[in-house]
Amino acid sequence: MFTINEKKLAEAWEILRDEVPLALWDTLYVTFAATFLAILIGLPLGMLLVAGEKNGIRPIPSGLMKVINVVINLLRSIPFIILIVLVIPLTRLLVGTSVGTVASIVPLTVAAFPFIARLVEGSLREVNPNIIEAAQSMGFSPLQIMTRVMLPESVPSLINNFTLAITTIMGYTAMSGAIGGGGLGKIAIMIGYNRYNYPVLLMTVILLIVLVQVIQSVGTWLAIKNDRRLKK
Amino acid sequence: MIELRNLCKSFVTADGPVEALRHVNLTINNGDIYGIIGMSGAGKSTLVRCINMLERPTEGEVLLDGRNLGALNKKELQQARRRITMIFQGFNLLMQRTVLQNVMLPLKLSGVDKKEAEKRALELLDVVGLPDKANAYPAQLSGGQQQRVAIARALSTNPDVLLCDEATSALDPKTTHAILELIRDINEKLGITVIVITHQMSVVQEICNRVAILENGEVVEEGTVADVFSNPKADATRNLVYPEMADSAVLADEHGQRVRLIFNGALTAREPLIARMAMDAGVEASILGASTRSVGDRAYGYILLEIMGGPDELAKAVKYLRGHENVTVQVEVDYAVKGGQA
Repeated sequence: MFTINEKKLAEAWEILRDEVPLALWDTLYVTFAATFLAILIGLPLGMLLVAGEKNGIRPIPSGLMKVINVVINLLRSIPFIILIVLVIPLTRLLVGTSVGTVASIVPLTVAAFPFIARLVEGSLREVNPNIIEAAQSMGFSPLQIMTRVMLPESVPSLINNFTLAITTIMGYTAMSGAIGGGGLGKIAIMIGYNRYNYPVLLMTVILLIVLVQVIQSVGTWLAIKNDRRLKK
Repeated sequence: MIELRNLCKSFVTADGPVEALRHVNLTINNGDIYGIIGMSGAGKSTLVRCINMLERPTEGEVLLDGRNLGALNKKELQQARRRITMIFQGFNLLMQRTVLQNVMLPLKLSGVDKKEAEKRALELLDVVGLPDKANAYPAQLSGGQQQRVAIARALSTNPDVLLCDEATSALDPKTTHAILELIRDINEKLGITVIVITHQMSVVQEICNRVAILENGEVVEEGTVADVFSNPKADATRNLVYPEMADSAVLADEHGQRVRLIFNGALTAREPLIARMAMDAGVEASILGASTRSVGDRAYGYILLEIMGGPDELAKAVKYLRGHENVTVQVEVDYAVKGGQA
């Protein structure tokens, strides 16, 4: 099955030359676009999860809080491959079509924003509650406490968590190759797996590994660089 | 002026309701450095948090210059909190912001423009003695320096009242002393009323002019520091004023005749009173415990004596000792039992 012969190596070289550069771009573009949109929704939602709870800085009705939590958990428990199909109507509405690279951004965003909301929630909960109390004692409003105290204090943790989100979403893009989304995942599935081209499969996997490594390293470096709790 | 009227606070816990504050009535005048002291769990932190409404009292009122803080809406309360700022045991600075940014933040959020805020922040860093640390991050500073930054931050909005919640409890004695000096300076030069929450008697001695003793959520004694220290009435106060007493009393014979001598002036404390009593009155005494200290510009102290002999010797000793000025004599009947339990 996974035999390597000259024909397959030649095909692999052709793909590396003609298709991989675009696929690489597609993967990065889709990953970052989806992450950006997911943060746009997930960040405020995560802030709400922390600020709005019973002992939070700006409590909201507990019934509403429960609904938000259930919806997030629900979205988080649907397998991505199923979610892609479920959001097809939404994708059509927003993009006009449900197949293709741009279309794959929609299910990726829907899958990622609840994840990001939870990550943001975790980051904000790490903020020392005494600092929040100090901010309250100085007469800061809830919004000021969130934007001027809690978010800045959790920047290193947020950078770490967003890095985690990017690498996870990149993994999801490979799956969206299944519905015609472009990128390295599509090449890996269509050519490497479906056509048994082992060199192509290996090549795309290595590229994905390198991408994750680079992104993770940059993210970790940024998080440490931005953490002023460390004595330097 | 801050008036606490019939302040009560109860919490509902898993073990049922807990009354953290019971009918607290206090008046703190402008310019006071007012100490609120108690053992841990006495309700000090709850009390200070009720003053700026970080905790809502269950009952009673907090009046700042006659204005009931509990009746303010959110906006008004935020405004009022800029008048009553607070420093903490853990300093609670923003760790991801520089010293300057920390001090500027309350100013910027109260609408002062950036340039003006920076100017004022730099002035305040000068006041607290850290003019060269503006661009450092809190993690690069020592505890004492961090508390100075916190004080500068608390002063930035020109408050009338500074609340100090165990502000020196995490600091070593030398740094504690320096921070207390700074607080006293601020009180004197800027005319800011200071409320000091502490479990350390030494802190009250060093800077407070009035003190309230809190036990189980109740004020058991209140008055000028000089009065309360020279003649502590409540058991809780005695335990705080003479923490050594409990230990020394346990060592003593349970049926021994004990006399506590309290000095209200520096001069008597330096006289060899006990030696003279032995010579003049012919009564011998052994010293079970002693402590002298200065409060403000006056010296105070006590000596716990065990009088040798019988009731006659005790009467003679008391008579002899009462003949001295600035000395209070108390015959301790069952202090050993109480002290031993404390």
